[in-house]
Amino acid sequence: MAEVNEKRSIGVSDGALIPDRAEKTLFSAWRISFFGALILLGALPLISPDPFWEIIKFIPDGILRTFQVTVLSIIFALIIGLFTGLGRISRSPVINRIATIYVEVVRGIPLLVQLFYIYFALGQFVRVPRLVAAVIAMSFCYGAYMGEIFRAGLQSIPKGQMEAALALGLSRGQAIRKVILPQTFRIILPPVGNEFIALLKDSSLVSILAVSDLLRRGREYASRTFEYFETYTIVALVYLVLTLFLSKLVAKMEERLTRQDRS
Amino acid sequence: MGEQLPRVRVVDAYKDFGSVQALRGVSFEILAGEVVLVIGPSGSGKSTMLRAVNRLEPLTSGDIWIDEDHVTGPDTDIRKIREEVGMVFQSFNLFPHLTACRNIMLGPMTVKGTPKEQAEREARALLKRVGLSDKEHSYPGKLSGGQQQRVAIARALAMGPKVMLFDEPTSALDPEMIKEVLDVMLDLARDGMTMVVVSHEMGFAKAAADRVVFMDEGEIVEIGPPIQFFESPVQDRTKRFLEHIL
Repeated sequence: MAEVNEKRSIGVSDGALIPDRAEKTLFSAWRISFFGALILLGALPLISPDPFWEIIKFIPDGILRTFQVTVLSIIFALIIGLFTGLGRISRSPVINRIATIYVEVVRGIPLLVQLFYIYFALGQFVRVPRLVAAVIAMSFCYGAYMGEIFRAGLQSIPKGQMEAALALGLSRGQAIRKVILPQTFRIILPPVGNEFIALLKDSSLVSILAVSDLLRRGREYASRTFEYFETYTIVALVYLVLTLFLSKLVAKMEERLTRQDRS
Repeated sequence: MGEQLPRVRVVDAYKDFGSVQALRGVSFEILAGEVVLVIGPSGSGKSTMLRAVNRLEPLTSGDIWIDEDHVTGPDTDIRKIREEVGMVFQSFNLFPHLTACRNIMLGPMTVKGTPKEQAEREARALLKRVGLSDKEHSYPGKLSGGQQQRVAIARALAMGPKVMLFDEPTSALDPEMIKEVLDVMLDLARDGMTMVVVSHEMGFAKAAADRVVFMDEGEIVEIGPPIQFFESPVQDRTKRFLEHIL
């Protein structure tokens, strides 16, 4: 069954570099970037403690908030994406149409506008806390992108898998849960991992709702001290370390899943 | 002796794919314990016919019964029928994310609610039966084509079917692996399993088949016992086809 085990790639969006499993050299691109950034983050406060150490003391709250927004949005976006993907392959024309419209509408509106819309525009009717608005907007937006990845993943499973499951007497739902989805998860992990990383980076947009995430904390510090160069250097380095760490995590998960198949 | 109800009964089956007629009024009966080989050129409708028996391919019109169950009935719970009809595919269609043993356990556990320990015991016994006791923990990707197909047969048997359908089970196999799969099928036939086999394996037909069905252009052209069928076919179309493949 070469066709099943062959590595399939699905359109990959932007995101930080996910390390290639083949690249085992000491000076891989990932290692140079990751440890380079870490070393800079450690060395800068040592070299000149005044702005850099002060900045580093100031931003951890922001990292935590960025982390919160990202993790919550990933969880909800995955759930929305799963159901959107299933809706997109549904045989019911109504469900199919609803899922497709959702994807088209959300993908056609910039995330920044969606953030404004949910917090300020809809906020005229229902006031929700900033953080909640941020997570809703991010989840809805990324849910649509993930929905497309799920759809592509589901459709890439050979037709014979569903037929074999149905022939055993499984219902379509059971076949999807037990046979189709477990295979889909393996296939979509790399593109979904890319979405995680893109989402982490896009989470910086929520700072305009005055959610005090990493970028916002940096801005607060810089506007007080006018040390823009130093502050945003640290902010950029911290984002870089976070995304590279996340990309490594995704690569490890991918490795574990593929190893299972070949044991 | 009373009239024996046929195990599989197909009455006037029609199947259209758009403007193409895959089946044009096919009728036949298969008795319990019978082994029937279906041959015919590609596009003759033989696979469509087979797949209609468990409704993987719904008919355009016509009726199919398995014992007293009306497969094509609008109110039929098709899942109940599929439990009792095993199917083996040309491309094996094993579940690549599950080990050989788990592939076999999935049906009984999911559909029949068989407890895990029991399903595992039965799966091991079936693997032994198809000669793959040592492959229990292997994933399909690690098995040869012949081994995969034998696991696929075991997977179908795990549901305790009363009919087994084989859709070109050896067509995707390298020649040296065909025998190991046919041996398992011969063993099944000797055990009295009712089998419908779409295949051009003449050796299997002569060794195990009770009847051979020749299909062409969506119709059954000729049915007969293997010896008579291969040595003195009646229809011209059958003769021409046999000249091609023998």
